[in-house]
Amino acid sequence: MLIKKASDIKSSEITDPKWYVERRRFLKAASAAAVVVAAGATPVLLTSTSETAPEPEQTRQKIENVAKSPLSTDEPLTPYEDVTNYNNFYEFDTDKYSPAKLAKNFRTKPWSVAIEGEVLKPGVYTLEDILKPHPLEERIYRLRCVEGWSMVIPWVGFPLGDLIKRFEPTSKANFVEFTTLYDPEQMPGQRRSVLKWPYVEGLRLDEALHPLTILAVGLYGEVLPNQNGAPLRLVVPWKYGFKSIKSIVKIRFVEQQPMTTWALAAPHEYGFYSNVNPDVPHPRWSQARERRIGEFAKRKTLIFNGYADQVGHLYAGMDLRKFF
Amino acid sequence: MRQLLWGWKWLKLGVFVACLMPLAMLAWNAATKNLGANPIDEITDQTGLWTLRFLLITLAVTPARRFSGWNRLIQVRRMLGLFAFFYGGLHVVTYVWLDQFFSVEDILADVVERPFITVGFTSFVLLIPLAVTSTTSMIKRLGGKWWQRLHRLVYVIAIGGVVHFLWVVKFDTRLPLIYGSVLAVLLAYRLWFWSEPRLKLGLALFRKAAAVSK
Repeated sequence: MLIKKASDIKSSEITDPKWYVERRRFLKAASAAAVVVAAGATPVLLTSTSETAPEPEQTRQKIENVAKSPLSTDEPLTPYEDVTNYNNFYEFDTDKYSPAKLAKNFRTKPWSVAIEGEVLKPGVYTLEDILKPHPLEERIYRLRCVEGWSMVIPWVGFPLGDLIKRFEPTSKANFVEFTTLYDPEQMPGQRRSVLKWPYVEGLRLDEALHPLTILAVGLYGEVLPNQNGAPLRLVVPWKYGFKSIKSIVKIRFVEQQPMTTWALAAPHEYGFYSNVNPDVPHPRWSQARERRIGEFAKRKTLIFNGYADQVGHLYAGMDLRKFF
Repeated sequence: MRQLLWGWKWLKLGVFVACLMPLAMLAWNAATKNLGANPIDEITDQTGLWTLRFLLITLAVTPARRFSGWNRLIQVRRMLGLFAFFYGGLHVVTYVWLDQFFSVEDILADVVERPFITVGFTSFVLLIPLAVTSTTSMIKRLGGKWWQRLHRLVYVIAIGGVVHFLWVVKFDTRLPLIYGSVLAVLLAYRLWFWSEPRLKLGLALFRKAAAVSK
Protein backbone atom coordinates (compact mmCIF):
# COMPACT_ATOMS: atom_id res chain seq x y z
CA MET A 1 0.00 0.00 0.00
CA LEU A 2 1.09 3.51 -0.70
CA ILE A 3 1.57 5.72 2.31
CA LYS A 4 0.94 9.31 1.43
CA LYS A 5 1.25 12.57 3.28
CA ALA A 6 -2.17 13.92 4.11
CA SER A 7 -3.16 16.96 2.12
CA ASP A 8 -5.16 19.87 3.60
CA ILE A 9 -8.45 18.43 2.53
CA LYS A 10 -8.76 14.75 3.17
CA SER A 11 -9.67 12.89 0.03
CA SER A 12 -12.53 11.35 1.98
CA GLU A 13 -14.06 14.77 2.45
CA ILE A 14 -14.22 15.55 -1.23
CA THR A 15 -17.46 14.43 -2.75
CA ASP A 16 -16.69 11.97 -5.47
CA PRO A 17 -18.15 13.60 -8.60
CA LYS A 18 -19.54 10.21 -9.49
CA TRP A 19 -22.09 10.62 -6.72
CA TYR A 20 -23.39 14.00 -7.66
CA VAL A 21 -23.36 13.14 -11.31
CA GLU A 22 -25.30 9.99 -10.48
CA ARG A 23 -27.68 12.04 -8.36
CA ARG A 24 -28.32 14.49 -11.15
CA ARG A 25 -28.96 11.69 -13.53
CA PHE A 26 -31.31 10.11 -11.03
CA LEU A 27 -33.24 13.30 -10.40
CA LYS A 28 -33.50 13.99 -14.07
CA ALA A 29 -34.85 10.54 -14.71
CA ALA A 30 -37.08 10.42 -11.66
CA SER A 31 -38.84 13.67 -12.47
CA ALA A 32 -39.65 12.31 -15.86
CA ALA A 33 -40.39 8.77 -14.84
CA ALA A 34 -44.02 9.45 -14.07
CA VAL A 35 -44.47 7.92 -17.44
CA VAL A 36 -43.49 4.29 -17.46
CA VAL A 37 -42.20 3.66 -20.91
CA ALA A 38 -42.80 0.20 -22.23
CA ALA A 39 -39.59 -1.77 -22.39
CA GLY A 40 -39.86 -2.38 -26.10
CA ALA A 41 -36.70 -0.46 -26.80
CA THR A 42 -35.75 -0.84 -30.40
CA PRO A 43 -32.25 -1.17 -31.78
CA VAL A 44 -32.49 2.41 -32.99
CA LEU A 45 -32.98 3.63 -29.45
CA LEU A 46 -30.04 1.66 -28.20
CA THR A 47 -27.38 2.76 -30.60
CA SER A 48 -27.03 6.47 -30.37
CA THR A 49 -25.68 8.73 -27.74
CA SER A 50 -26.87 11.53 -25.48
CA GLU A 51 -28.78 14.33 -27.10
CA THR A 52 -28.63 16.58 -24.09
CA ALA A 53 -25.55 18.77 -23.95
CA PRO A 54 -23.04 17.73 -21.28
CA GLU A 55 -21.15 20.12 -19.00
CA PRO A 56 -19.62 23.26 -20.56
CA GLU A 57 -16.84 22.19 -22.84
CA GLN A 58 -13.22 23.16 -23.05
CA THR A 59 -12.61 25.67 -25.79
CA ARG A 60 -12.18 23.75 -29.00
CA GLN A 61 -9.25 24.83 -31.07
CA LYS A 62 -8.75 23.98 -34.71
CA ILE A 63 -5.37 22.76 -35.98
CA GLU A 64 -4.30 24.17 -39.37
CA ASN A 65 -2.38 22.42 -42.15
CA VAL A 66 -3.17 18.81 -41.44
CA ALA A 67 -2.34 16.47 -44.30
CA LYS A 68 -4.37 13.38 -45.15
CA SER A 69 -2.69 9.99 -44.87
CA PRO A 70 -2.96 6.86 -47.00
CA LEU A 71 -2.72 4.89 -43.74
CA SER A 72 -6.19 6.07 -42.69
CA THR A 73 -9.18 3.75 -42.73
CA ASP A 74 -12.32 4.83 -44.58
CA GLU A 75 -14.68 3.33 -42.00
CA PRO A 76 -17.34 5.64 -40.53
CA LEU A 77 -16.04 7.76 -37.67
CA THR A 78 -17.23 7.33 -34.10
CA PRO A 79 -19.15 10.51 -33.14
CA TYR A 80 -17.08 13.26 -31.52
CA GLU A 81 -19.31 13.20 -28.42
CA ASP A 82 -18.59 9.54 -27.80
CA VAL A 83 -14.87 9.84 -28.47
CA THR A 84 -14.61 12.69 -26.00
CA ASN A 85 -16.99 11.47 -23.29
CA TYR A 86 -16.39 7.73 -23.05
CA ASN A 87 -12.81 7.57 -21.81
CA ASN A 88 -10.68 5.24 -19.79
CA PHE A 89 -8.32 7.64 -18.05
CA TYR A 90 -7.75 6.28 -14.55
CA GLU A 91 -5.61 9.28 -13.62
CA PHE A 92 -8.89 11.16 -13.36
CA ASP A 93 -11.34 8.42 -12.44
CA THR A 94 -12.10 4.78 -13.18
CA ASP A 95 -15.58 5.75 -14.37
CA LYS A 96 -15.65 6.39 -18.11
CA TYR A 97 -17.78 9.54 -18.14
CA SER A 98 -15.87 11.32 -15.36
CA PRO A 99 -12.57 12.20 -17.11
CA ALA A 100 -14.37 14.60 -19.48
CA LYS A 101 -15.60 16.55 -16.46
CA LEU A 102 -12.62 16.18 -14.16
CA ALA A 103 -10.03 17.04 -16.81
CA LYS A 104 -11.71 20.27 -17.85
CA ASN A 105 -9.20 22.50 -16.09
CA PHE A 106 -6.17 20.30 -16.61
CA ARG A 107 -3.12 22.48 -17.43
CA THR A 108 -1.32 21.47 -20.60
CA LYS A 109 0.73 24.68 -20.82
CA PRO A 110 3.59 24.86 -20.10
CA TRP A 111 4.46 21.26 -20.88
CA SER A 112 7.81 19.59 -21.26
CA VAL A 113 8.96 16.14 -22.18
CA ALA A 114 12.12 14.51 -20.87
CA ILE A 115 14.09 12.41 -23.34
CA GLU A 116 16.28 10.02 -21.37
CA GLY A 117 18.37 6.89 -21.42
CA GLU A 118 20.16 5.40 -24.39
CA VAL A 119 20.13 8.45 -26.68
CA LEU A 120 22.80 10.80 -27.92
CA LYS A 121 20.66 13.89 -27.35
CA PRO A 122 18.95 13.50 -23.97
CA GLY A 123 17.38 16.48 -22.28
CA VAL A 124 14.20 18.14 -21.15
CA TYR A 125 12.44 19.74 -24.11
CA THR A 126 9.47 22.05 -24.22
CA LEU A 127 6.44 20.67 -26.04
CA GLU A 128 6.96 23.34 -28.72
CA ASP A 129 10.50 22.08 -29.33
CA ILE A 130 9.28 18.51 -29.45
CA LEU A 131 6.61 19.31 -32.05
CA LYS A 132 8.30 21.98 -34.17
CA PRO A 133 9.94 19.93 -36.93
CA HIS A 134 7.03 17.55 -37.49
CA PRO A 135 4.36 18.13 -40.13
CA LEU A 136 0.99 16.96 -38.82
CA GLU A 137 -1.18 14.38 -40.49
CA GLU A 138 -4.64 13.03 -39.94
CA ARG A 139 -4.64 9.31 -39.18
CA ILE A 140 -8.02 7.65 -38.99
CA TYR A 141 -7.47 4.52 -36.94
CA ARG A 142 -9.52 1.82 -35.32
CA LEU A 143 -9.10 1.73 -31.56
CA ARG A 144 -9.89 -1.53 -29.77
CA CYS A 145 -10.24 -1.45 -25.99
CA VAL A 146 -9.29 -4.55 -24.02
CA GLU A 147 -12.78 -4.34 -22.49
CA GLY A 148 -14.42 -5.36 -25.75
CA TRP A 149 -15.51 -2.13 -27.41
CA SER A 150 -14.00 -0.16 -30.26
CA MET A 151 -14.07 3.20 -32.02
CA VAL A 152 -12.82 4.80 -35.22
CA ILE A 153 -10.95 7.99 -34.40
CA PRO A 154 -9.45 10.66 -36.66
CA TRP A 155 -6.24 11.46 -34.82
CA VAL A 156 -3.94 14.35 -35.64
CA GLY A 157 -0.29 13.55 -35.09
CA PHE A 158 3.02 12.50 -36.56
CA PRO A 159 5.05 9.27 -36.70
CA LEU A 160 6.81 8.50 -33.44
CA GLY A 161 9.69 7.12 -35.53
CA ASP A 162 10.46 10.60 -36.91
CA LEU A 163 10.82 11.92 -33.38
CA ILE A 164 12.94 8.99 -32.22
CA LYS A 165 15.41 9.48 -35.04
CA ARG A 166 15.95 13.11 -34.02
CA PHE A 167 17.30 12.13 -30.62
CA GLU A 168 19.55 9.37 -32.00
CA PRO A 169 19.08 6.28 -29.87
CA THR A 170 22.24 4.25 -29.24
CA SER A 171 22.72 0.61 -30.17
CA LYS A 172 21.67 -0.35 -26.65
CA ALA A 173 18.20 1.14 -27.08
CA ASN A 174 16.01 -1.95 -27.48
CA PHE A 175 12.85 -0.60 -25.91
CA VAL A 176 11.10 2.73 -25.43
CA GLU A 177 9.44 3.50 -22.10
CA PHE A 178 6.78 6.22 -21.80
CA THR A 179 5.57 7.88 -18.60
CA THR A 180 2.40 9.88 -17.92
CA LEU A 181 2.40 13.01 -15.79
CA TYR A 182 2.13 12.38 -12.05
CA ASP A 183 0.21 15.24 -10.46
CA PRO A 184 -2.41 14.13 -7.92
CA GLU A 185 -3.47 17.72 -7.39
CA GLN A 186 -4.71 17.92 -10.95
CA MET A 187 -5.41 14.25 -11.48
CA PRO A 188 -7.72 13.14 -8.66
CA GLY A 189 -7.58 9.48 -9.65
CA GLN A 190 -3.91 9.46 -8.67
CA ARG A 191 -4.82 10.17 -5.04
CA ARG A 192 -5.84 6.55 -4.75
CA SER A 193 -3.46 3.75 -5.51
CA VAL A 194 -5.76 1.91 -7.93
CA LEU A 195 -2.75 1.51 -10.18
CA LYS A 196 0.87 2.16 -9.44
CA TRP A 197 1.45 5.78 -10.45
CA PRO A 198 2.80 7.21 -12.61
CA TYR A 199 1.43 5.19 -15.52
CA VAL A 200 4.18 3.59 -17.58
CA GLU A 201 3.93 1.98 -20.99
CA GLY A 202 6.49 0.57 -23.36
CA LEU A 203 7.18 -0.62 -26.88
CA ARG A 204 9.91 -2.60 -28.53
CA LEU A 205 12.05 -0.19 -30.59
CA ASP A 206 10.89 -1.71 -33.89
CA GLU A 207 7.26 -1.28 -32.81
CA ALA A 208 7.96 2.31 -31.86
CA LEU A 209 9.60 2.96 -35.23
CA HIS A 210 6.75 1.39 -37.20
CA PRO A 211 5.07 3.95 -39.50
CA LEU A 212 1.64 3.23 -37.99
CA THR A 213 2.79 4.29 -34.51
CA ILE A 214 2.11 7.96 -33.95
CA LEU A 215 2.23 10.61 -31.30
CA ALA A 216 -1.10 12.45 -31.36
CA VAL A 217 -1.76 16.07 -30.49
CA GLY A 218 -5.32 16.28 -31.74
CA LEU A 219 -8.47 14.58 -32.96
CA TYR A 220 -11.24 15.60 -35.33
CA GLY A 221 -8.93 18.32 -36.67
CA GLU A 222 -8.77 20.01 -33.28
CA VAL A 223 -6.37 20.21 -30.35
CA LEU A 224 -6.57 17.03 -28.26
CA PRO A 225 -9.20 17.35 -25.51
CA ASN A 226 -7.72 16.87 -22.04
CA GLN A 227 -9.68 13.69 -21.36
CA ASN A 228 -8.17 12.13 -24.47
CA GLY A 229 -4.61 12.51 -23.22
CA ALA A 230 -3.60 16.10 -23.96
CA PRO A 231 -1.24 17.51 -24.89
CA LEU A 232 0.70 14.55 -26.24
CA ARG A 233 -0.25 10.89 -26.39
CA LEU A 234 0.78 7.70 -28.07
CA VAL A 235 -1.43 5.85 -30.56
CA VAL A 236 -0.58 2.25 -31.47
CA PRO A 237 -3.61 1.06 -33.43
CA TRP A 238 -2.87 -2.68 -33.47
CA LYS A 239 -2.61 -2.96 -29.69
CA TYR A 240 -5.28 -2.70 -27.00
CA GLY A 241 -6.09 0.88 -26.09
CA PHE A 242 -4.28 0.96 -22.77
CA LYS A 243 -0.92 0.72 -24.58
CA SER A 244 -1.60 4.13 -26.11
CA ILE A 245 -0.40 6.10 -23.11
CA LYS A 246 -1.73 9.62 -22.47
CA SER A 247 -0.28 12.96 -21.34
CA ILE A 248 3.33 11.89 -21.83
CA VAL A 249 6.07 13.65 -19.85
CA LYS A 250 8.94 11.22 -20.36
CA ILE A 251 10.30 9.08 -23.17
CA ARG A 252 13.15 6.85 -22.06
CA PHE A 253 15.23 4.53 -24.21
CA VAL A 254 16.24 1.35 -22.43
CA GLU A 255 18.04 -1.92 -22.97
CA GLN A 256 15.66 -4.18 -21.03
CA GLN A 257 11.93 -4.63 -21.53
CA PRO A 258 10.28 -2.04 -19.27
CA MET A 259 7.80 -2.96 -16.57
CA THR A 260 4.45 -1.56 -17.68
CA THR A 261 1.63 -0.47 -15.38
CA TRP A 262 -1.08 -2.97 -16.33
CA ALA A 263 1.35 -5.86 -16.60
CA LEU A 264 2.48 -4.98 -13.09
CA ALA A 265 -1.10 -4.70 -11.80
CA ALA A 266 -2.33 -8.03 -13.20
CA PRO A 267 0.50 -9.94 -14.91
CA HIS A 268 -1.64 -12.89 -15.99
CA GLU A 269 -4.27 -10.63 -17.58
CA TYR A 270 -2.22 -7.93 -19.33
CA GLY A 271 1.04 -8.65 -21.10
CA PHE A 272 3.75 -6.36 -22.40
CA TYR A 273 2.72 -6.87 -26.03
CA SER A 274 -1.08 -6.68 -25.70
CA ASN A 275 -1.60 -7.00 -29.41
CA VAL A 276 -5.26 -7.20 -30.37
CA ASN A 277 -5.90 -10.91 -30.87
CA PRO A 278 -9.32 -12.58 -31.07
CA ASP A 279 -7.74 -15.98 -30.43
CA VAL A 280 -6.15 -15.12 -27.12
CA PRO A 281 -8.93 -14.44 -24.64
CA HIS A 282 -8.54 -12.27 -21.61
CA PRO A 283 -8.59 -14.73 -18.68
CA ARG A 284 -12.02 -13.42 -17.70
CA TRP A 285 -13.69 -12.62 -21.02
CA SER A 286 -13.52 -13.44 -24.69
CA GLN A 287 -11.74 -11.14 -27.14
CA ALA A 288 -13.34 -12.76 -30.18
CA ARG A 289 -15.81 -9.95 -30.78
CA GLU A 290 -16.22 -6.29 -30.03
CA ARG A 291 -18.95 -3.70 -29.92
CA ARG A 292 -18.17 -0.76 -32.17
CA ILE A 293 -19.51 2.26 -30.32
CA GLY A 294 -22.68 3.38 -32.10
CA GLU A 295 -23.42 -0.06 -33.55
CA PHE A 296 -26.02 -2.50 -32.34
CA ALA A 297 -24.61 -5.92 -33.23
CA LYS A 298 -21.14 -6.99 -32.19
CA ARG A 299 -18.52 -7.49 -34.87
CA LYS A 300 -15.67 -9.94 -35.11
CA THR A 301 -12.36 -8.73 -33.74
CA LEU A 302 -9.53 -8.95 -36.26
CA ILE A 303 -6.01 -10.09 -35.49
CA PHE A 304 -3.78 -7.05 -34.86
CA ASN A 305 -6.99 -5.02 -35.03
CA GLY A 306 -7.03 -5.41 -38.81
CA TYR A 307 -3.45 -4.16 -39.27
CA ALA A 308 -1.92 -7.64 -39.74
CA ASP A 309 -0.61 -6.87 -43.25
CA GLN A 310 1.39 -3.94 -41.92
CA VAL A 311 2.60 -5.29 -38.57
CA GLY A 312 2.38 -9.08 -38.73
CA HIS A 313 6.07 -9.41 -39.65
CA LEU A 314 7.10 -7.81 -36.35
CA TYR A 315 5.94 -10.94 -34.56
CA ALA A 316 6.96 -13.63 -37.05
CA GLY A 317 7.81 -16.85 -35.23
CA MET A 318 6.60 -15.59 -31.88
CA ASP A 319 4.13 -17.59 -29.82
CA LEU A 320 1.38 -14.99 -29.45
CA ARG A 321 -0.26 -16.96 -26.65
CA LYS A 322 2.89 -16.79 -24.61
CA PHE A 323 3.76 -13.21 -25.52
CA PHE A 324 0.24 -11.87 -25.13
CA MET B 1 -59.11 -3.07 11.22
CA ARG B 2 -60.48 -2.60 7.78
CA GLN B 3 -58.60 0.64 7.48
CA LEU B 4 -55.40 -1.12 8.52
CA LEU B 5 -55.84 -3.76 5.84
CA TRP B 6 -56.49 -1.02 3.34
CA GLY B 7 -53.21 0.62 4.42
CA TRP B 8 -51.25 -2.57 3.87
CA LYS B 9 -52.69 -2.95 0.43
CA TRP B 10 -51.39 0.48 -0.36
CA LEU B 11 -48.00 -0.43 1.08
CA LYS B 12 -47.79 -3.44 -1.18
CA LEU B 13 -48.84 -1.40 -4.17
CA GLY B 14 -46.33 1.29 -3.24
CA VAL B 15 -43.50 -1.23 -2.98
CA PHE B 16 -44.54 -2.76 -6.28
CA VAL B 17 -44.42 0.57 -8.07
CA ALA B 18 -41.12 1.47 -6.39
CA CYS B 19 -39.61 -1.83 -7.53
CA LEU B 20 -40.52 -0.97 -11.11
CA MET B 21 -38.81 2.42 -10.96
CA PRO B 22 -35.35 1.16 -11.97
CA LEU B 23 -36.86 -0.38 -15.08
CA ALA B 24 -38.83 2.79 -15.77
CA MET B 25 -35.66 4.86 -15.44
CA LEU B 26 -33.78 2.55 -17.77
CA ALA B 27 -36.58 2.68 -20.34
CA TRP B 28 -36.81 6.45 -20.04
CA ASN B 29 -33.06 6.90 -20.47
CA ALA B 30 -33.10 4.57 -23.45
CA ALA B 31 -35.98 6.50 -25.03
CA THR B 32 -34.29 9.86 -24.45
CA LYS B 33 -30.90 8.49 -25.52
CA ASN B 34 -29.35 9.07 -22.14
CA LEU B 35 -27.61 5.75 -21.73
CA GLY B 36 -24.27 7.09 -22.92
CA ALA B 37 -21.89 5.92 -25.59
CA ASN B 38 -22.37 2.23 -24.89
CA PRO B 39 -26.08 1.78 -24.09
CA ILE B 40 -26.06 -2.00 -24.14
CA ASP B 41 -23.26 -2.23 -21.58
CA GLU B 42 -25.15 0.31 -19.49
CA ILE B 43 -28.30 -1.82 -19.57
CA THR B 44 -26.30 -4.92 -18.66
CA ASP B 45 -24.65 -3.12 -15.75
CA GLN B 46 -27.86 -1.59 -14.44
CA THR B 47 -29.97 -4.76 -14.59
CA GLY B 48 -27.16 -6.70 -12.91
CA LEU B 49 -26.77 -4.12 -10.17
CA TRP B 50 -30.50 -4.08 -9.47
CA THR B 51 -30.61 -7.86 -9.27
CA LEU B 52 -27.97 -7.76 -6.56
CA ARG B 53 -29.63 -4.84 -4.80
CA PHE B 54 -32.97 -6.65 -4.69
CA LEU B 55 -31.28 -9.78 -3.36
CA LEU B 56 -29.72 -7.75 -0.56
CA ILE B 57 -32.95 -5.89 0.18
CA THR B 58 -34.81 -9.20 0.36
CA LEU B 59 -32.20 -10.58 2.76
CA ALA B 60 -32.52 -7.45 4.88
CA VAL B 61 -36.25 -8.00 5.50
CA THR B 62 -35.83 -10.52 8.31
CA PRO B 63 -33.26 -8.54 10.32
CA ALA B 64 -35.23 -5.33 9.73
CA ARG B 65 -38.35 -7.05 11.00
CA ARG B 66 -36.63 -8.31 14.14
CA PHE B 67 -35.03 -4.99 14.93
CA SER B 68 -38.05 -2.83 14.23
CA GLY B 69 -40.71 -5.21 15.44
CA TRP B 70 -42.60 -4.30 12.30
CA ASN B 71 -43.71 -7.81 11.52
CA ARG B 72 -45.87 -7.00 8.54
CA LEU B 73 -42.70 -6.33 6.57
CA ILE B 74 -42.71 -10.04 5.83
CA GLN B 75 -45.63 -9.40 3.51
CA VAL B 76 -43.45 -7.66 0.96
CA ARG B 77 -40.54 -10.10 1.13
CA ARG B 78 -41.91 -12.41 -1.54
CA MET B 79 -42.43 -9.49 -3.89
CA LEU B 80 -38.90 -8.21 -3.31
CA GLY B 81 -37.47 -11.65 -3.97
CA LEU B 82 -39.48 -11.97 -7.15
CA PHE B 83 -38.18 -8.61 -8.30
CA ALA B 84 -34.62 -9.89 -7.80
CA PHE B 85 -35.59 -12.72 -10.13
CA PHE B 86 -37.24 -10.27 -12.53
CA TYR B 87 -34.16 -8.04 -12.84
CA GLY B 88 -31.94 -11.12 -12.98
CA GLY B 89 -34.06 -12.30 -15.89
CA LEU B 90 -33.66 -8.95 -17.67
CA HIS B 91 -29.91 -9.16 -17.06
CA VAL B 92 -29.76 -12.64 -18.60
CA VAL B 93 -31.96 -11.60 -21.53
CA THR B 94 -29.66 -8.62 -22.18
CA TYR B 95 -26.69 -10.96 -22.22
CA VAL B 96 -28.31 -13.66 -24.36
CA TRP B 97 -29.81 -11.21 -26.80
CA LEU B 98 -27.79 -8.00 -26.97
CA ASP B 99 -24.41 -9.50 -26.11
CA GLN B 100 -24.46 -12.98 -27.62
CA PHE B 101 -27.30 -12.58 -30.15
CA PHE B 102 -28.73 -15.98 -29.23
CA SER B 103 -25.65 -17.90 -30.26
CA VAL B 104 -26.04 -21.05 -28.17
CA GLU B 105 -22.52 -22.14 -29.00
CA ASP B 106 -20.95 -18.89 -27.77
CA ILE B 107 -23.09 -18.85 -24.66
CA LEU B 108 -22.17 -22.41 -23.72
CA ALA B 109 -18.50 -21.67 -24.31
CA ASP B 110 -18.79 -18.57 -22.13
CA VAL B 111 -20.57 -20.40 -19.32
CA VAL B 112 -17.96 -23.15 -19.30
CA GLU B 113 -14.81 -21.11 -19.83
CA ARG B 114 -15.38 -17.90 -17.94
CA PRO B 115 -15.73 -18.31 -14.21
CA PHE B 116 -17.62 -15.04 -13.72
CA ILE B 117 -20.29 -16.16 -16.17
CA THR B 118 -20.35 -19.67 -14.69
CA VAL B 119 -21.02 -18.20 -11.26
CA GLY B 120 -23.53 -15.62 -12.48
CA PHE B 121 -25.41 -18.07 -14.64
CA THR B 122 -25.53 -20.71 -11.90
CA SER B 123 -26.86 -18.15 -9.46
CA PHE B 124 -29.63 -17.19 -11.83
CA VAL B 125 -30.57 -20.81 -12.54
CA LEU B 126 -30.75 -21.44 -8.79
CA LEU B 127 -33.20 -18.55 -8.49
CA ILE B 128 -35.68 -20.31 -10.77
CA PRO B 129 -36.87 -22.98 -8.29
CA LEU B 130 -37.22 -20.29 -5.65
CA ALA B 131 -39.41 -18.18 -7.91
CA VAL B 132 -41.46 -21.22 -8.93
CA THR B 133 -42.09 -22.24 -5.32
CA SER B 134 -42.89 -18.75 -4.13
CA THR B 135 -46.67 -19.13 -4.36
CA THR B 136 -48.76 -19.85 -1.28
CA SER B 137 -50.00 -23.14 -2.72
CA MET B 138 -46.42 -24.28 -3.37
CA ILE B 139 -45.44 -23.42 0.19
CA LYS B 140 -48.30 -25.60 1.39
CA ARG B 141 -47.44 -28.42 -0.97
CA LEU B 142 -43.80 -28.48 0.05
CA GLY B 143 -44.49 -27.96 3.72
CA GLY B 144 -42.94 -25.11 5.67
CA LYS B 145 -39.84 -27.00 6.69
CA TRP B 146 -38.83 -28.19 3.23
CA TRP B 147 -39.80 -24.90 1.71
CA GLN B 148 -37.54 -23.08 4.14
CA ARG B 149 -34.67 -25.47 3.47
CA LEU B 150 -35.01 -24.94 -0.25
CA HIS B 151 -35.17 -21.19 0.10
CA ARG B 152 -31.93 -21.07 2.08
CA LEU B 153 -30.42 -21.39 -1.39
CA VAL B 154 -30.78 -17.64 -1.55
CA TYR B 155 -27.64 -17.31 0.63
CA VAL B 156 -25.63 -19.24 -1.96
CA ILE B 157 -27.21 -17.21 -4.76
CA ALA B 158 -26.35 -13.87 -3.14
CA ILE B 159 -22.75 -14.96 -2.56
CA GLY B 160 -22.65 -16.05 -6.21
CA GLY B 161 -23.97 -12.64 -7.24
CA VAL B 162 -21.27 -10.77 -5.35
CA VAL B 163 -18.51 -13.06 -6.68
CA HIS B 164 -19.86 -12.58 -10.22
CA PHE B 165 -19.68 -8.81 -9.76
CA LEU B 166 -16.22 -8.96 -8.22
CA TRP B 167 -14.84 -11.02 -11.10
CA VAL B 168 -16.37 -8.94 -13.86
CA VAL B 169 -14.91 -5.56 -12.90
CA LYS B 170 -11.67 -4.82 -14.65
CA PHE B 171 -9.72 -3.54 -11.71
CA ASP B 172 -11.54 -1.11 -9.46
CA THR B 173 -13.14 -3.48 -6.94
CA ARG B 174 -14.48 -0.84 -4.55
CA LEU B 175 -18.14 -1.25 -5.48
CA PRO B 176 -18.32 -5.07 -5.44
CA LEU B 177 -16.53 -5.04 -2.09
CA ILE B 178 -19.16 -2.68 -0.68
CA TYR B 179 -21.91 -5.05 -1.80
CA GLY B 180 -19.89 -7.94 -0.39
CA SER B 181 -19.64 -6.24 3.00
CA VAL B 182 -23.38 -5.63 3.15
CA LEU B 183 -23.99 -9.28 2.34
CA ALA B 184 -21.43 -10.36 4.95
CA VAL B 185 -23.31 -8.39 7.62
CA LEU B 186 -26.63 -9.91 6.57
CA LEU B 187 -25.20 -13.42 6.64
CA ALA B 188 -23.34 -12.88 9.91
CA TYR B 189 -26.63 -11.87 11.49
CA ARG B 190 -28.13 -15.22 10.49
CA LEU B 191 -25.11 -17.16 11.61
CA TRP B 192 -25.31 -15.49 14.98
CA PHE B 193 -29.02 -16.19 15.33
CA TRP B 194 -28.49 -19.79 14.32
CA SER B 195 -25.54 -20.44 16.59
CA GLU B 196 -26.46 -18.48 19.71
CA PRO B 197 -29.13 -20.85 21.12
CA ARG B 198 -26.95 -23.81 20.17
CA LEU B 199 -23.98 -22.33 21.94
CA LYS B 200 -26.08 -21.65 25.02
CA LEU B 201 -27.43 -25.17 24.94
CA GLY B 202 -23.97 -26.61 24.52
CA LEU B 203 -22.65 -24.54 27.38
CA ALA B 204 -25.54 -25.61 29.62
CA LEU B 205 -24.96 -29.27 28.79
CA PHE B 206 -21.26 -28.88 29.45
CA ARG B 207 -21.91 -27.31 32.85
CA LYS B 208 -24.36 -30.05 33.73
CA ALA B 209 -21.86 -32.71 32.75
CA ALA B 210 -19.15 -30.97 34.74
CA ALA B 211 -21.44 -30.76 37.77
CA VAL B 212 -22.34 -34.46 37.50
CA SER B 213 -18.74 -35.59 37.21
CA LYS B 214 -17.88 -33.75 40.40
